[in-house]
Amino acid sequence: MKAFLILEDGTVFEGRRIGSAREVISEIVFNTSMTGYLEVLTDPSYAGQAVVMTYPLIGNYGICYEDMESERPWPDGYIVRELSRTPSNFRSVDTIQNFLETYDIPGICGIDTRALTKILREKGTMNGMITTKRYEDLADPIARMNAYRVKGVVKATSCREKSVLHPAASFEKPVKRVALLDLGAKRNIARSLAERGCEVTIYPCDTPAEEILGSRPDGIMLSNGPGDPKENVEIIREIRKLYESDVPIFAICLGHQLMALATGADTFKLKYGHRGGNHPVKDLETGRVYISSQNHGYAVDMESLDPKVAEPAFINVNDGTNEGLRYLGKRIFTVQYHPEACPGPRDSAYLFDRFIRMMGGE
Amino acid sequence: MPKIPEIKKVLMLGSGPIVIGQAAEFDYAGTQACRALKEEGIEVVLLNSNPATIMTDKDIADRVYIEPLTLEVVEQLIKKEKPDSVLPTQGGQAGLNLAMELEEAGFLKENNVRLIGTTALTIKKAEDRELFKETMEKIGEPVAPSDIVEDVESGLRIAAQIGYPVVLRPAYTLGGSGGGIAENPEQCREILENGLRLSRVGQVLVERCIAGWKEIEYEVMRDGAGNVITVCNMENIDPVGVHTGDSIVVAPSQTLGDKEYQMLRSSALNIITELGITGGCNVQYALNPTSFEYCVIEVNPRVSRSSALASKATGYPIAKVAAKIALGYTLDEIKNAVTKKTYASFEPMLDYCVVKMPRLPFDKFISAKRTLGTQMKATGEVMSICTNFEGALMKAIRSLEQHVDCLRSYDFTALDERALLKQLAQVDDRRIWVIAEALRRGISYQTIYDITKIDPWFVDKIQILVDMEDALEKGPLTAELLKEAKRLEFPDNVIARLTGIPETEIRGMRHENGIRAAYKMVDTCAAEFAAETPYYYSCFDGENEAEETHDRKKVLVLGSGPIRIGQGIEFDFCSVHSTWAFSNEGYETIIVNNNPETVSTDFDIADKLYFEPLTPEDVESIVDIEKPDGAVVQFGGQTAIKLTESLMKMGVPILGTAAEDVDAAEDRELFDEILEKCRIPRPAGHTVFTAEEAKRAANELGYPVLVRPSYVLGGQGMQICINDHDIDEFIGIINQIAQDHPILVDKYVVGKEIEVDAVCDGEDILIPGIMEHIERTGIHSGDSISVYPAPSIGPDIEAVLVDYTEKLARALHVKGMINIQFIVAGKDVYIIEVNPRSSRTVPYISKVTGIPIVPLATQVICGHTLKELGYQPGLQKKADYIAIKMPVFSFEKIRGADISLGPEMKSTGECLGIAKTFNEALYKAFEGAGIKLPKHRNMIISVRREEQEDVVEIARRFQNVGYKIFATRGTARTLNAHGVKALTIRKVEQESPNILDLILGHEIDLVIDIPHQGAEHSHDGFVIRRNAIETGVHVLTSLDTAGALATSLENRAKELTLIDIATVKNV
Repeated sequence: MKAFLILEDGTVFEGRRIGSAREVISEIVFNTSMTGYLEVLTDPSYAGQAVVMTYPLIGNYGICYEDMESERPWPDGYIVRELSRTPSNFRSVDTIQNFLETYDIPGICGIDTRALTKILREKGTMNGMITTKRYEDLADPIARMNAYRVKGVVKATSCREKSVLHPAASFEKPVKRVALLDLGAKRNIARSLAERGCEVTIYPCDTPAEEILGSRPDGIMLSNGPGDPKENVEIIREIRKLYESDVPIFAICLGHQLMALATGADTFKLKYGHRGGNHPVKDLETGRVYISSQNHGYAVDMESLDPKVAEPAFINVNDGTNEGLRYLGKRIFTVQYHPEACPGPRDSAYLFDRFIRMMGGE
Repeated sequence: MPKIPEIKKVLMLGSGPIVIGQAAEFDYAGTQACRALKEEGIEVVLLNSNPATIMTDKDIADRVYIEPLTLEVVEQLIKKEKPDSVLPTQGGQAGLNLAMELEEAGFLKENNVRLIGTTALTIKKAEDRELFKETMEKIGEPVAPSDIVEDVESGLRIAAQIGYPVVLRPAYTLGGSGGGIAENPEQCREILENGLRLSRVGQVLVERCIAGWKEIEYEVMRDGAGNVITVCNMENIDPVGVHTGDSIVVAPSQTLGDKEYQMLRSSALNIITELGITGGCNVQYALNPTSFEYCVIEVNPRVSRSSALASKATGYPIAKVAAKIALGYTLDEIKNAVTKKTYASFEPMLDYCVVKMPRLPFDKFISAKRTLGTQMKATGEVMSICTNFEGALMKAIRSLEQHVDCLRSYDFTALDERALLKQLAQVDDRRIWVIAEALRRGISYQTIYDITKIDPWFVDKIQILVDMEDALEKGPLTAELLKEAKRLEFPDNVIARLTGIPETEIRGMRHENGIRAAYKMVDTCAAEFAAETPYYYSCFDGENEAEETHDRKKVLVLGSGPIRIGQGIEFDFCSVHSTWAFSNEGYETIIVNNNPETVSTDFDIADKLYFEPLTPEDVESIVDIEKPDGAVVQFGGQTAIKLTESLMKMGVPILGTAAEDVDAAEDRELFDEILEKCRIPRPAGHTVFTAEEAKRAANELGYPVLVRPSYVLGGQGMQICINDHDIDEFIGIINQIAQDHPILVDKYVVGKEIEVDAVCDGEDILIPGIMEHIERTGIHSGDSISVYPAPSIGPDIEAVLVDYTEKLARALHVKGMINIQFIVAGKDVYIIEVNPRSSRTVPYISKVTGIPIVPLATQVICGHTLKELGYQPGLQKKADYIAIKMPVFSFEKIRGADISLGPEMKSTGECLGIAKTFNEALYKAFEGAGIKLPKHRNMIISVRREEQEDVVEIARRFQNVGYKIFATRGTARTLNAHGVKALTIRKVEQESPNILDLILGHEIDLVIDIPHQGAEHSHDGFVIRRNAIETGVHVLTSLDTAGALATSLENRAKELTLIDIATVKNV
């Protein structure tokens, strides 16, 4: 069946439908990872967005449910050049075609994803529509696209109830107790802590700071998550309280942005974001460069930092944007990228060890 | 970290002659590294014995030494040039081994020279099997259970412990020389005996056989600050068991999930960190297809064939970055030259699929086994890029230039199912064709996987191609079907064959429906950033990105495709120099080529690079977009020449010699007319089409005759026939290789072979020099030792040669290059062959005469005259040096190949000996070719009756330099009768100890074995020669070569004079 991707600027790509036949309007973003399509699909940070995979051959190794980074896929739409008809991998239990249909995710294949990526690169992230309907007149769909905003996605992706993840089996008792504020968290954040012997209590995003602090955790972890960070006014207020406590805090991605906003800094929307597994970030203290997994459309404005509050700890080698902050006089550090990987390089997993040391662990 | 200020003068080690396992990729890497060093203001001293390389140009390095890559030479060179540093990681295994020798000898320390880009400890940790295993164990990286042995008995014991099958890998050899898989103790013993001898340190690794696992490679980089990145990973379609150089390889990996991809990536980064490599490194893995279990197979702590492939596949210049790292820079300080926005610390992301296919020499070595194993056999490779795997595979297939263009090109329809399944189990170069046939028969993916262990994902892709063949055959050909066929990169001619519709109609239908090739950029970043470098590949499912530019005149330079015997790196040298010369003339330059190992496909050689097959259709699609003002075909070997006619039809003017004149040189009748008009004699001959006609012609001419197809290179299919039986046999072989062209039968004239390259501007002719072959006619010029200036040509013959050259160049209206081969028999001069193009000898003669022949020819093509360019026409004054070009063979790599020399070319590379005297030049040439004698001072001579008298003097000379001579009965009798002491040895079929035992006893330096001409090569001789080669004994099959070697041994130079080629000027 034919499908169309219409962009806000009036560009139309014609391809074939994959997944659901539902019409959808969303923000179109591209990801350059060559592997890890399931991790991308199940990363809650994509809520409210439709993802273009720049790598042309998707679905090659099928679907392995244990690789899911949350309980379901989040993107509004999925855009690829080609889906493999015969996946092959010893762990594969399903096809991506089936997966998209099961979860009712609309998508399109058979389009020139490189041409699309170039448009997004040149003009910046924009809204678009995936549809199986051929529109003769684009005025109406474009008007609807213009009206689209990514909203309420943190709440939508966060867990509803508190839960506990126990340390990995090799630990007799918890090394540390960590409170994880789920802003749309990827599973591997909690798992990375559990593997290091932490007992992780996962809290819904709207948990009051008092409740978290009241549980007397050894450390607090702020997770990744979707959407415009500034939208989360109430959460930011609670995070300010966490900041003011003296509990060690480690934050990733949205958590990093919210901590910055909570301490007076500003964030801004990047032209087309960083989404992929190849961005170099530089540790300004040591000069070392790490290849990181990234997925963010917003960044902390370094100009807006209060030098008495925080200083840049990491920057992106390519465009110089902020990739991490060290909070002065506090046991708090935050990064814009994803040390939990999945998908992407595991080079920054050491940050979890650093967090454990910060909490007084080994 | 900025550049280390103490590094000012660097000695770069090249990799020497092209052999199987060490080819053009090191010229590419070395050239890129030299340019990177010069960019930083470093003075570069270059040592490489291979004159055909671009790196040995004075434009590339400041001081250029084309000398043997021996410890003796490099020590002397360091004393002479006093570099402060040595960079050995760009020169392949040869460079690395040499660096190790220098280090072990304590020479570097003594002379205060630092090793940059690596350390001796790093090399040892990566290359010494025991140390490597220890290192891997220390960081918890699994290696297959194995042990190192130094003798056969322990090897057998370990193998029994590990359990058969076992893999045997000799330490410190290139391309896995001497290794193999042993299924039982007998095989194990055989491989061990051979491998122990070939290993530089006499060690062989006996290892658990993990054949059938996925073979995955990672190319990683590390800088001095410890930053690490991955450039690319690659998956071999052929599982572990086939050398990666002989495998079909895809980049990036296709069947690995993120968990597996990242697991191996982390492992590779751990390894490069632990080894402390500063620069590039290649890590090869075996990955169990049914679990996360993996083993590290091998680490190459240097740039490699795989790193060249990774560079071309991603656009990331590994060699350049490695050179900068060696100078002290960190990855985040080195700009990505493709995007000019990102840095070298950014991991490339691909938004396309890359396929590499090996170019195997089985068309050259018909008697050789086609089986592929752990010993690399490919002489070269092709790479292709497409938005889908099927398309990339189809493009790679037609890039091979082996008369294959789709999955029906090898016909297995005659095999019944049992035979087909058996064939499927054969691991050889035709396996994907066999799989295609199996799929046509409905054999299941599972069965195919069980037999081949080729991942079902790839099998499915072959099925998609097979389905498309069927759909096209069934028809009807709708626009939609055609579009899909083109997306899968079916060429028009294949579609025409399958549908029965003429190719022109297919093309018409494509154009009507707007189905045209579009070009996409290789930009290292999957379009995330705008790239500056126009490096393109085609696809049929996207919009075109290639911008048609028109501010300058535009020239299309056609490259020479994969390296094969007969068409090697020399043609890349010519293509690159021509491109640069056109650029200097103000042209916009466009290169089309498909060889990832070469300098010509580096992203910054031409203004635009199209990484595409060199077929008429693929070139036409580029022409449609670029609309060049002209194309140049005379520098890209036979590959480019073959495109002449098609280019004309596309309306692209051929720059330089006109197409009809090119044709006249190749067409026998037209050429004969020209010769007659010029009154130039050639050996009598005829053009025939059938075996009957050939026999008639041969009998009329009188045997022996030379039989060959027209339009060939490297004497492919050329043979000397001594009787009718030979003709029948050879015509059969020729018809397998090339059916479309007539066959030439010529009288075989015995004499001296002379070769001339010249540049003609349409009026005047410049001849840089005359080269003479040491071997008499009958041995292909590429396999002959060539001497400049010709030592035995007097002024009268010289005048005739010059006269003929001038006459021919004028008669053929040559504009640019011409290459002529002559026979001089007494006072008679005959023409054997004329090539209206650049030849194999051009790089060598350019370097030794100091005349930049290719730039000169290019300027002439652009309309300048030789006089205007400041050159006196005619034969140039002889240089002050004697230069000897020595062929180098890779016979030990190709099991079953007959090594006897003849009219068909067999060498894979060459080296140069240059000196003030003939004897020193000859000595250097033999040294450079690795013929380092004497060792045991024992030799075997076995010659046919006709030459037994001739061999006496040569034998005496060997005896005088201390050789003990063994000879077969007839030869021994003759030698003894003439006062040369020779011990008689028994023939192969006689009881032990016989000649074979002697050879296998490892005490023999040299075998001189002159086989019979014609098809009746004795089986004995073949067995002797193969056994000798495989045990590392030098074998000479021409008395002339033997004489030259004797001369070299008689005149062993005590102290060599090293000559800086950069100072050689045209006088």
